[in-house]
Amino acid sequence: MEQAPVYTSPVEQNQEPRPSYPAAHAQQTAMPDREQIQSIFQRRHLLDLDDFSADELRLLLQTTQAMKAVLARPVRKVPALQGSTVVNLFYENSTRTRISFELAAKNLSADVVNVTASGSSVAKGESLIDTVRTLQALGADFVIMRHSQSGAPYLVAQQIRGSVINAGDGWHAHPTQALLDLFTMEEHLGSVSGRKVVILGDILHSRVARSNIWSLTTLGAEVVLCGPPTLMPPNILTSLASSDQTTCRRLRVEYQIERALEGADVVMALRLQKERQDAGLLPSLREYIARFGLTTQRLAAAKPDALVMHPGPMNEGVEIAHDVAYSDASVIEEQVTNGLAVRMAVLYALSQARQRV
Amino acid sequence: MDTSMNEREHTNALLLRGERIIDPSQNLDGPGDLLIADGQIIAVGPTSEVQPHIGKVIQSGHGLQPIDLPPGLIVAPGLVDLHVHLREPGFEDKETIQTGAEAAARGGFTTICCMPNTKPVLDSQATLEFVARAASNVSARVRPIAAISKGEKGAELSEMAELAEAGAVAFSDDGRPVSNSKLMRSALEYATMLDRPIVEHCEDEGLAAGGVMNEGAIATRLGLKGWPAAAEEIMLARDLLLVRLTGGRYHAAHISTAGSVELIRRAKTEGLPITAEVTPHHLLLTDAWVAGQRAGLLGQDAPTQGHPYDTATKVNPPLRTQADADALIEGLLDGTIDAIATDHAPHTVVDKACEYDEAAFGISGLETALGALLALVHAGKVPLATLVAALTVRPAQAFSLSAGTLRPGAAADITIFDPHERWSVNPARFASKGKNTPLAGLTLKGRVRYTILGGRMVYEAGVVDQALATTR
Repeated sequence: MEQAPVYTSPVEQNQEPRPSYPAAHAQQTAMPDREQIQSIFQRRHLLDLDDFSADELRLLLQTTQAMKAVLARPVRKVPALQGSTVVNLFYENSTRTRISFELAAKNLSADVVNVTASGSSVAKGESLIDTVRTLQALGADFVIMRHSQSGAPYLVAQQIRGSVINAGDGWHAHPTQALLDLFTMEEHLGSVSGRKVVILGDILHSRVARSNIWSLTTLGAEVVLCGPPTLMPPNILTSLASSDQTTCRRLRVEYQIERALEGADVVMALRLQKERQDAGLLPSLREYIARFGLTTQRLAAAKPDALVMHPGPMNEGVEIAHDVAYSDASVIEEQVTNGLAVRMAVLYALSQARQRV
Repeated sequence: MDTSMNEREHTNALLLRGERIIDPSQNLDGPGDLLIADGQIIAVGPTSEVQPHIGKVIQSGHGLQPIDLPPGLIVAPGLVDLHVHLREPGFEDKETIQTGAEAAARGGFTTICCMPNTKPVLDSQATLEFVARAASNVSARVRPIAAISKGEKGAELSEMAELAEAGAVAFSDDGRPVSNSKLMRSALEYATMLDRPIVEHCEDEGLAAGGVMNEGAIATRLGLKGWPAAAEEIMLARDLLLVRLTGGRYHAAHISTAGSVELIRRAKTEGLPITAEVTPHHLLLTDAWVAGQRAGLLGQDAPTQGHPYDTATKVNPPLRTQADADALIEGLLDGTIDAIATDHAPHTVVDKACEYDEAAFGISGLETALGALLALVHAGKVPLATLVAALTVRPAQAFSLSAGTLRPGAAADITIFDPHERWSVNPARFASKGKNTPLAGLTLKGRVRYTILGGRMVYEAGVVDQALATTR
């Protein structure tokens, strides 16, 4: 019998595998225990990163590191959520995030149920509150929710006895994405403090951008937002100011991509949706690509070992050039891998925070 | 008062003695008496001035008993609300004319003007007659505002002359602006022969489209689409130019921005026939409340912070910034803004128990208006007489209503309130079917104790409280 041909992806063909465990991090794989978690992390839900302290962020990063070690084992399971029911309530299509959460919950030995909008009474017009009450009556301990409208998880959190994890709500927040972005950056850079992170694209409609701005500025990074003015939120500099002025100082807006990328440690490109042109916010995709597309040439202005990131899915050739997406600088696949560890960490931390001795 | 005033109804005559009677229409503010007979005010003022009239009243066969109001209570003309949504006909699950009038009475309002965005729209004599009949025996006087355009579609003028004759006191397409400038011009011109104001909901629909709150820092943070102050000001500016062109009477509904106040201030210096109203919530709340932050005067005593994305804060025009609220208060003080109107917009629980984007716009405000507004007086920002004027004589003047006054010969529409009584806002106890208020659970300082309509007691706080206590 003929051997089946071995498929090597362009990634594998073109590059050395990138080391993902810098030696400095190898020591910190201890799983935080309940006491440690409860001393820092006292939340019932994970809805947004806007009120997270630096300590809380570091705790979750530490837990993620420990979870990554779990994922390196032959049997990738821990019993932390055994007996718990985790419901994925996704009102928006999302393959990678939903699978990521599903695997995360299963790796923690939870029972997982997936509810997608099209395949349930949601499609028949059942209200969000009715759906949540049903899930509550069926004993959901965790509801992981993605919704196209900002604030929807807050409504659920009001109604439910369990915990809500926001997997993305409208334009507002995507906390686990920002956490995995942060983890990925720190794996390569050590610490984001003092580093320059550029977020490039449609900031206005981006929950990924908002959540990243919170986490990065809290940990001392300098964040540069770059995109066309019509896709930049009005009042962005004042709106994300916390009561201490730290957030405001570390945030900048730049309309010229070349200036934005100068000396950048990280460039995160955001997906541009074609609907923005229909809404009159952009004259054409062509002009967007010409002025803001991330190309190898433009990337040269950043630091030589700068990271290229993207929350996915990518519009190759629009916000990011194909060769940039698959270059040595790209850590896009690692983001996905780290996402699984981050989500395990979040579920674990929330479950530990809830336990009363 | 220890004994129920109902016992005195059949005597037909009342003599109220109070520590403070405020009637801005007569520049009254002080201790005095109020003499009522056959549903009309006979005399009001210092005891010495009222005394001579008592004899005549008794001689004409009325039984008369003087009532000494407890100290601390304030007597004022029954309040006038130029902007109320009574939802009937067509949306009776949100409110009916009867429940809305009941809510008005509890709020101290004796005259309310109802908006025409019902189903069917109030654009015909038949619908106005329906409203008149439904309102014939309720707890407040209901004056209809008829639609500017047929069906509120913004295309053709409604039969305004017939509507005026059928009782319409003003015209509005409220809920929506009149986007077509030609139609607005025609409306302003046509209405001049009827001497009734055109009331506009100022919103540039293109610019505001999709907005669910104020465009600003909070909206950006919450990831919600807002609509900018400019969208209101653009429409207002256009309208003021049309007023200049046509000379028609114009009333700006629920203005919400500092820029709008400035536009109206300048237009008034030109002597244009314009008036303007503001809601209690735009004077007292801001878009911070959408994020769950109870900033400002009403939040000071709040037991807890609110929660973000509370749909009770969703209203059109939206809650804006503190700078806007401050400018609105300034406008009230210098007379740029004539009236305070609640824009009472009741909704069912279902309409509001959903995602912020999906929720209906509106606040149920009749029953909390006075209590909330008194916070401005307690904080020393607005004199009580100015507040009362903005709730009585000035709205009455704006729409040429015979209301909002305690002049001899006027209907005995009176509200008596305690400006210091603390009470907790519990929407479950509202007379209104609309329980949608961002003030739920908050403590207000100032409460209506009695409302009298045409000499008849239509609300007595003590009686209602007792009834609610026993039916718990």
